[in-house]
Amino acid sequence: MSKGRKYSKEERKLEIVKVACKLFAKRGYYNTTIPDIAEAMGMSVGNIYNYFKSKEELAKYIMRYSSRLLGNEIRKINEEDLSTKEKVYKIVKRFFEIAEEQPELIEYFLRVFLSNREIFNEGCEGFLCVSEVITELMLFFEEGAKIGDFRQQEFFPAFTTLMGPLGGMVFLKGEGVLPKSPVEYSDELAKNIWNALKNG
Amino acid sequence: MGKKTLLWLQGLSCNGNSQSLLNAENPSFYELFSRVELIFHPEISYKENILQVLEKVLSDRKKVNFLVIEGSITTNKRFHRIGDYTIGELIDRLKNKVDYIIAAGNCASFGNIPVLYREHKDIRGLQFKFKERKGFLPPDFKTKSGYPVINITGCPMHPSWFTQTLIALLEGRKVILDKYNRPKEFFMYLSHDGCLRNEYFEWKVEAEEFGHKEGCLFYNLGCRAPMTHAPCNKILWNRVSSKTRAGLPCFGCTEFDFPLRENYFETKKNIGIPEDVPLGVSKRVYITITGVAKTLKNERLSKKLEETD
Repeated sequence: MSKGRKYSKEERKLEIVKVACKLFAKRGYYNTTIPDIAEAMGMSVGNIYNYFKSKEELAKYIMRYSSRLLGNEIRKINEEDLSTKEKVYKIVKRFFEIAEEQPELIEYFLRVFLSNREIFNEGCEGFLCVSEVITELMLFFEEGAKIGDFRQQEFFPAFTTLMGPLGGMVFLKGEGVLPKSPVEYSDELAKNIWNALKNG
Repeated sequence: MGKKTLLWLQGLSCNGNSQSLLNAENPSFYELFSRVELIFHPEISYKENILQVLEKVLSDRKKVNFLVIEGSITTNKRFHRIGDYTIGELIDRLKNKVDYIIAAGNCASFGNIPVLYREHKDIRGLQFKFKERKGFLPPDFKTKSGYPVINITGCPMHPSWFTQTLIALLEGRKVILDKYNRPKEFFMYLSHDGCLRNEYFEWKVEAEEFGHKEGCLFYNLGCRAPMTHAPCNKILWNRVSSKTRAGLPCFGCTEFDFPLRENYFETKKNIGIPEDVPLGVSKRVYITITGVAKTLKNERLSKKLEETD
């Protein structure tokens, strides 16, 4: 962190979240310690504990933070004056843009949240730590089906049809096997998703 | 001073509100009409001749304080007539003579089911046609008492909503109305208020079948109680029960859109998300709360009530 400026407690907390998210995403949850995070922050270990009582608490906070961020992005698209089809294309594109701008957020989701479920047992069960994303997607699907653009079905098949391919693409990128960046596949993938979900 | 008088006339009606009124208690039908002179009621007055009654009233030889209308209004004689009058003509002639006009039930209030007969446009409520102020009487119409038509909605109305409003007016008390001209005393409540299933609603535990004690009927079985203004779970029907208490969804029959919806036994959903959410919250807020509540299981509500501790 740059010196010379006084950071508010909230700003510093956010900084810890971003740094820790990167470290967790890169090295894995168990291979990252609070002293590692403190070192990367240039803070004392004791001071980190003033912000988060435990590594688990920090891990859950990161997930809630990422969900809020992604949820806000979807909300913006939800509130735009676009057709349902255009919104599908935009959500797909925005997701890949975020994966490029802040790869640690999606990496964290795939490599920590989904892979180390035992950490998230208490307080992050079900959708508790990702509720913003789920809520926005529910509103998106509900509205699209209400005006007849999406085929009626239950929520979870629709949800996985949209989010599954997005996660899959970012995962392949992480594995280093994608010849192009996910954003370059955005329109083609959005077309597949739209064709799968559209009414008729 | 003589008793106040009440004249009950019907337009396009199934008589449901009259039947309901016969079940009135505290006061009962007979107690009520020992305080008020019932000039005529089409189902009860067997001695009087309606045309003679009307002739007296129209020629100002008989004063009417309360004019109660049951049923939708039309001016088409092919659909409805009393002697040579349509219900519309009679209301026109009586509206400035009476102190109060009370719409008994949803048809007189909003037009309701008869308005669904689309081939004929001249069917409406007294002052509303569904939610629009395009009823038979102008939007700014008021009777001599200063009140617009007082709507006691419901299909049918609950007898107590009617009798208690009438008594309040008889006693000279002020009756506060909502935006659909319904007495707030009754219609400021939702039929959700006082429902015995509220614990299931809070924890999002769905009812699977009709007629059981457990589960909330809002999620799958079509219940409209969280968005319906009616004190059905405060003032019980026949003093013992309500639809939701008996395991049946609220149909929203006190609202203007009651006949405009389809499939009363199924909650309208889009991709699994309810189209309508409880009054007072946005869909975003409601979905967020629902997600949290569904994640946190309440053990008590997973059992039959008889099996709980």
